[in-house]
Parts: sequence; structure tokens; C-alpha cells
Amino acid sequence: MKNKKDKSKQPCRSMLYIPGDAPGMIQNACVFGSDSILLDLEDAIAPSEKDAARKLVRSFLDEFDFGELIVTVRINAADTVYFKKDLEEIVPADPDAIRLPKCDSAEDVRKADALITEIEKKNGMTPGGVKIHAMLETALGIENAFEVAKASPRVSAITLGGQDLTADLGVQKTRGGHELFYSRGRVVVGARAAGVMAFDTVWTDMNDPEGLYNEAKQIVELGFTGKAAIHPSQVDVIHKAYRPDYREYVRAKRILEAAALAEKEGKGVIAVDGKMVDGPIVARAARLVAIASLYDYEEEEGLSQ
Amino acid sequence: MDKKIARTASAGTVESSDCLVTVSPSEIFLFEYSGPNSTAFKKRTDTLVRTTLEQYGIKQASITIQDQGALEMTVRARLAVALERATETTNEE
Amino acid sequence: MKMTENALGRKVPLEVPGVGAFAPYAGPFATINALNPFSGAVHKVRTAQRGNKIAASIEEAVKKSGLENGMTISFHHHLRDGDAVMPAVLEVLQKMGFKDLTLAPSSIPDAHECIADYIKSGLISRLYTSGVRGRLGKLISSGEADIPVVIRSHGGRARAIEAGQISIDVAFLAAPACDKTGNMSGSSGPSACGSLGYAMTDARYAKHVVAVTDNLVEYPLAQNISIPQYEVDQVVVVDSLGDPNKIATGATRITRNPVDLRIAYNTFLLMKASGVVRPGYSFQMGSGGASLAVSIYLEEYMKNKNIVGAFGLGGITGHMSSMLEKGLFRTLFDVQSFDTAVTSSVASNPNHTEIDSSWYANPFNAGCLVNDLDCVILSALEVDVDFNVNVLVGNDGVLRGASGGHSDTAAGASLAIVVVPSFRGGICSIKDSVKSITTPGETVDAIVTERGILINPLRADLLESARKAKLPVVEIHDLKAKIEEMTGIPEPIAYDESKVAAVVEYRDGTLIDTIYRIK
Repeated sequence: MKNKKDKSKQPCRSMLYIPGDAPGMIQNACVFGSDSILLDLEDAIAPSEKDAARKLVRSFLDEFDFGELIVTVRINAADTVYFKKDLEEIVPADPDAIRLPKCDSAEDVRKADALITEIEKKNGMTPGGVKIHAMLETALGIENAFEVAKASPRVSAITLGGQDLTADLGVQKTRGGHELFYSRGRVVVGARAAGVMAFDTVWTDMNDPEGLYNEAKQIVELGFTGKAAIHPSQVDVIHKAYRPDYREYVRAKRILEAAALAEKEGKGVIAVDGKMVDGPIVARAARLVAIASLYDYEEEEGLSQ
Repeated sequence: MDKKIARTASAGTVESSDCLVTVSPSEIFLFEYSGPNSTAFKKRTDTLVRTTLEQYGIKQASITIQDQGALEMTVRARLAVALERATETTNEE
Repeated sequence: MKMTENALGRKVPLEVPGVGAFAPYAGPFATINALNPFSGAVHKVRTAQRGNKIAASIEEAVKKSGLENGMTISFHHHLRDGDAVMPAVLEVLQKMGFKDLTLAPSSIPDAHECIADYIKSGLISRLYTSGVRGRLGKLISSGEADIPVVIRSHGGRARAIEAGQISIDVAFLAAPACDKTGNMSGSSGPSACGSLGYAMTDARYAKHVVAVTDNLVEYPLAQNISIPQYEVDQVVVVDSLGDPNKIATGATRITRNPVDLRIAYNTFLLMKASGVVRPGYSFQMGSGGASLAVSIYLEEYMKNKNIVGAFGLGGITGHMSSMLEKGLFRTLFDVQSFDTAVTSSVASNPNHTEIDSSWYANPFNAGCLVNDLDCVILSALEVDVDFNVNVLVGNDGVLRGASGGHSDTAAGASLAIVVVPSFRGGICSIKDSVKSITTPGETVDAIVTERGILINPLRADLLESARKAKLPVVEIHDLKAKIEEMTGIPEPIAYDESKVAAVVEYRDGTLIDTIYRIK
């Protein structure tokens, strides 16, 4: 990828789906404000245009400067004739990650991993550079969330594919989303246990930003690192849901200050406001501060003065 | 190995920022470039078409590009797909 | 043609044969500051008999008007693409065998490509307009008109009429509502279009005025008289003024194009950071794309902060009239209404005031409204690193736009923001030098794109406010380089400098640029 940087430490609250065959959208990918984009070769592309989308995405990965944007490509599933061609065309262009649909088991990941490694070697790339974002879209996939997440060091995220999953579960997607409650919890826990990111599924109704906000708020509270979007207008709504509360932000900053001080003074125990604080809380505070730095707290800061 | 244009094939669309490339069998090299801003990138696209055909080892072909304001990287991708579709011996996929 | 170099380094003629002498542009305010009182247009004294001014047909009205070959006729463009009056009158004039006329309409809508035919036929030999497009634009840019087109801004046209540089012999004014004495209004009738602002100036200064109406109302016309009877010599009743669907277009939708929305949001942020959005401020925005979308963010902000603006100005859209309705502006000054919602507002809201083009933008009167603008949002075809703006010539070098109130409002407003996508049709919008200067960079404070905000170095204060507010400020050369890396640089256009296709007047009447024939 042109001017590739290491973006593994960047927050990834939002992933905007862009059809791989839409040059007008791809060329403006960086103005939509999302943290990452998903160039889609799968569901958004008709069978007759798979070759065109693949080539177009490759061309943009080679020549277009996506800047700070995290760029992932969703390829077609392993059981399709497009799978191998997609990887052979896309991997040499070195995207940040490949989004791998329909991962039911660790074995599914390892197969793709082996193929990607082979392509990387053939193209003189450092093996392991192209990450995998594994999509869990079946009941089996959800049950294997942790196994999938730690199937390969290449996996840097697991992500819940809601549409296929609800179909597999035999349920309807509701506005409140309680039918996905267990699956979401399992994805988050599996991801955290394996030390990878957890992404949530899309909100399909473009004209219901309120429903999207409620769902986004819910999945932020569940512990998802990010959520996919199907339209640029959804990006700001998702980001709004990720905005840390100002008081939590202030407290997290104090925790980090206290932790820094404790380290400097060689103390093992950290205390904030008279309460003991331990490692996981410091880590969470660090994540919260990183996210909060993306927002403007001018109004709250004005009020607190 | 030199390829031969077996059939007429197109790639791309006439949507804004895209282009529609059509490749057809021809006895000689023909190139037609149209679109709102085609005067602005006439030479560049001509060079792109000629070098691409060279890479594919194609000497005779009729190429038309309707350019709706596509970036060069888009034209390049569309042209490649149109050529591949036109030269394939069997239908892919 | 004897050419000279103006203050922007553009070669302009000192005299356009068949039109007259011109001074070169010397700076946005140089001519105004150096202005000596000079005589304006002489008002023709005329007397009318008591009663009826109805003429049986356009042809009869033309005969009575005293129109002769070589004279100047004018029209307004308030009926936009729906206007059938200009084509109908030109057809009659052609049949009557007229030739060598000067056509001086307030602007030319896209639909009026027939003018190209009448230039070829010799009916029209001089054209003064705000802009040309489509087939007419191609004809002019191919150098087929003998005498160069003179392009003027709306304010510049009002000035030229008042100063006698455009001396209208007969004005044919479409009147959506009219009585037998010529009192007319734009805000009622089947062809209602709202304000008749541009026509008012013509009615006041033309030597002879013919009202053309499809809606003859009982005398006297009671409401919203745009043009009074004492300025109108004849009234012709026709079946239709045109296509109502194209005259009064439905409410202009706010764009869903994410690039335009990003530009709009950046624009709003810049307005906010500049401090211009404050109680009592005055504002003008455009009617399309990103410019119109600014109103979404602005409206919400003004509501939340309880800000009431003094006035909204210009071509008025339904969104502006809805902001008036909601009490977010105290009044609207409307020289041209853009959609049906506006027409009803003109007709019924007492705080919605119809203004003429001189009041709107004439730099040479005792005070036009654009000079009191706090902020204007303008569009562009392309801009350059000196912040000059082109709204006339497309990427192919062909005329395809209108000057409108662009240079008037940019010079008048305290904060003039130009909105433009950083690239369009695969071509970078930021040039080393624009193909044609409509508005000088000195009067443009900022250019807002989806990929960053560009601030004129002349506005160090604005730059500081924008930086303080952490806005995405980019240096114009840097953005240009970044975009060109993606788009490449287009091949230069081959002009034939031996043939002037059009001259562009600045609002003060000096020549700011010359547009040549395309090879």
C-alpha cells in the first residue's frame, strides 16, 4: 500500500464499508471521517463484477495515498471461486488487514493464513504484515470466537457478522438487538482473552440514526472496540457513541498521572482519591484517554472552570 | 505470449469519477477517448492505453474510453479488466 | 485590439470594437476610491394617455416601441429555464427582419440556446450578459460571434445601466401578474417566480418598457407591486410565459453527497471560529451543493445559541425563507427567488423584501446591500494559489457559467468563503493560475474544500482564529500538490489569442480578464 505506516496502535471506532467497485467513493474515503475503511469485494459486488472490483481495489491500494486511514479489504469466502484470486491480487498490495468472512473455526483462519504467507513470501514481503480480521457469522463461529481469535498471530480482530448470524440463529434482527446479546458478549470476551480487537456488525437502516446510536452505545458498553458503518452519515453517530464521558476522561487522566508518579517514585501501589487502583484499571484508563483525545471537550472544560 | 482480442468486452461504468472502457477486435489499432474532461488528459490516456497494450502483447484492438472524470488509477484498472475479459479463452468464474 | 496588462497581470483590451472603451482593472476598490461624479443615464421623458396600454401582440408592441436595427433590448432571467418570453420575442424580431441588435439580458438560462441561432442569423450582434452556457457557450468560445461578449456581474450590470454604458432601448419584461396599466408582480399567477429584482432596474432605465404577461389581473394589481405602472409603456398578453415546472422549481433539496456535506461542515466550523455568526449578522449563501448544506449546521447552531441575524441576502432559497419563518433572521432582501417556497414567502411575509439589482450590488450608488454583508458563501469552478476564482470557464476552456453576484458579494462581505471540492471530474480545482478571473483573490478570505480549509494569507486574523479552533487548515500550495499527486496535471488548453471571445468586467466596469477563442 502506498506510503504504508504502522497503524496497529490507532483507535478503530468505525469501519466504513465502501463497495470495491465504486471509484467515486474510494477516492474520497479519507474525507468521510471514519477511522478505517472496508473495501468490499464480497456482498456489495455482483458476481459479474468481482474481477473489476478486485482490480480496482488493487489499483487504489498501489497508487492512492490513504494517509492515516486504516485500510482493510473484505474478500470473498474460502468456499468461493473468488477466494484465492482475491488474496493473490490484494495481499501483494499490502493492505492493513484482510477481512475474512465466514470463519467458523481456527482451521478456517489457518488455511487463509497459510495462503497469505505463501503470497507474501512470493512477493518478497515480510510474512505476517497483512493482518486478518476474522468475521464470525454463524453460531459455530461465535462458539469458536476465542479459538478463531488466537488461531494465528495474524488475527488482529474478530468481528461479528450480524446478518448471516441472525439467519443462522433463526431469529429476526430487532431494533433493541437483544437476540445478539449473548453472541456479542462472547465475541468481546473471546477477543479480549486473545488480546485482539472486537468489532460489531452494521446497522442496516440508513434512515434511523437514533436506532444506530442506541445500538452503538450498547456495544460500546459491552466492550467492542469498533463498529462497522454502511454509509458515511453513520460514522459521526458511531463516534458520538464512543465519546467518553468528560468526568470519566478527567478521572482516567488522573489515574494515568498517579500511575506515572507511582512508577517514578518506585511505589507498587497506586491510589487515586484514596482508592487503590490496579493494572487492568490503568490499562483501561489509557485506552479511554486515547479515545478521548479524538474528541473536543471545550464546552465541558469551559463549564468546569 | 501475445494475446488476441477474442471478443468485445467492457469494464467500468459511466458514473461520475468512473470510466467505461470497451475493447473490440480490430484489424488495426483504434483509440477513441471521450468525456467531459477528455481534452485535459488526452496525451496521458493515450500513453496509458499504448503501454498497457504493449504489456499485454496486443497490437490490434479497438479501444474506446468514455471518461466521466476518472483518476488515472481507475482508468488503468478498468482498461486491464476490459482487456482480460476480451482476451480470456474461457469465461472466468 | 490594443491590449494592456491589468493589476492582476491579465491582458485586457483598451477598446472593444463595436462596444466601446474600457479601463483595465486596477484593484478591487481602486476605481471606487478614485471615482469622480459623472453623468448617469438620461431618463427618457415619455407621456402616456390615460387608461389602457394593452398591445394586441408582441409584434404590435415591437412596432409601437420604436425599436430599430442597432438598438439594445433587454430581458430578465427570473423565469429561469421555464422562460418562453425571450425565445418568443426574438422569434418575432427575427421574422420582422431586425438585425444588429444588442441583447442585454440580466442573465441567460440554460434553456435559451436559441440565442446561438440568432447570433448566427445576424439578429444579435452584441451580447451583454452575466454568463453563457451550453451550446451558446460553445459558440462564443469557438469565436463565432464577431463582437466579443461582455460579461458583467449583477452589481456591475446595474451600475452599467445606471451609468449609461448599457442603454436599454426596449425592455421586454415577463410579468407573472400584471394589470392593464403595467403594474406588475412576480409573486402571483401561474408563472409566479418570486422577486423581480433584476427586472426592476431595467424598468427604471429602459427608454421603453413592454410588459409580457399571461395573467392580466383586474386593475389595479393590489399586492406586491414589483414594478410600477409609470415605468411601463405597453402590456402584451400571451397564453403562457413558459413552463411553470421549470419556472418555480420545487424546494431545493439539501445534498446527500458526503463530499459536499464535509465541505459544508468545514465551512460552518470556519464561520463559527471567525466569530461572524453573532446576533445581528448578515449572510448570503448560494443555492446549490455544499453552499446550501451549510444552512443545516448554521440553523442548528443559531437555534441553540439563540442567535438572530439581521438579514439574509441574495438569491433566496426555501431554506433561507424557512429560517426567516423560524425567526432566525429578522428580514430577507430578495433580488431573485430560487424555489416555490420562496415565492409564497415573498407574497405573504412582510419581512421578506423584494430588492432591485442596484440595491443588491451596484458598487456605484450611495450604498448597496452586499457592502453590508458579514458573510457570503460562494461556489467556484476553479481557484488558484492567489485565491482568484473562476466561475465562467470550464476545464475544457469553454464558457459554461455566470458571474452572478460573485465578485460583488466577495468584495462587499467581511468574510467571503469560496466552497469547492478539491478535485472535480478527475481534475484538481486549485490551479497555479485560473483560466479566467471572475473574482480577484484579494477579496476572497478563505477557500473551503473537503480536504481542508485554505485561508488567504492576507487574513492573518482569520488564520489565527481557525488554528485556535483546531480547524483543518492547509496551506494552499500543499493541498494543490497533494491533490495533483492523485489527479495529475491536465494538459494546457490551446487558446487562439488573436481572437477575443469575451471580456470580463469587474463590478466597477474595468476589465478584469479576457477570454479567448479555443483552438
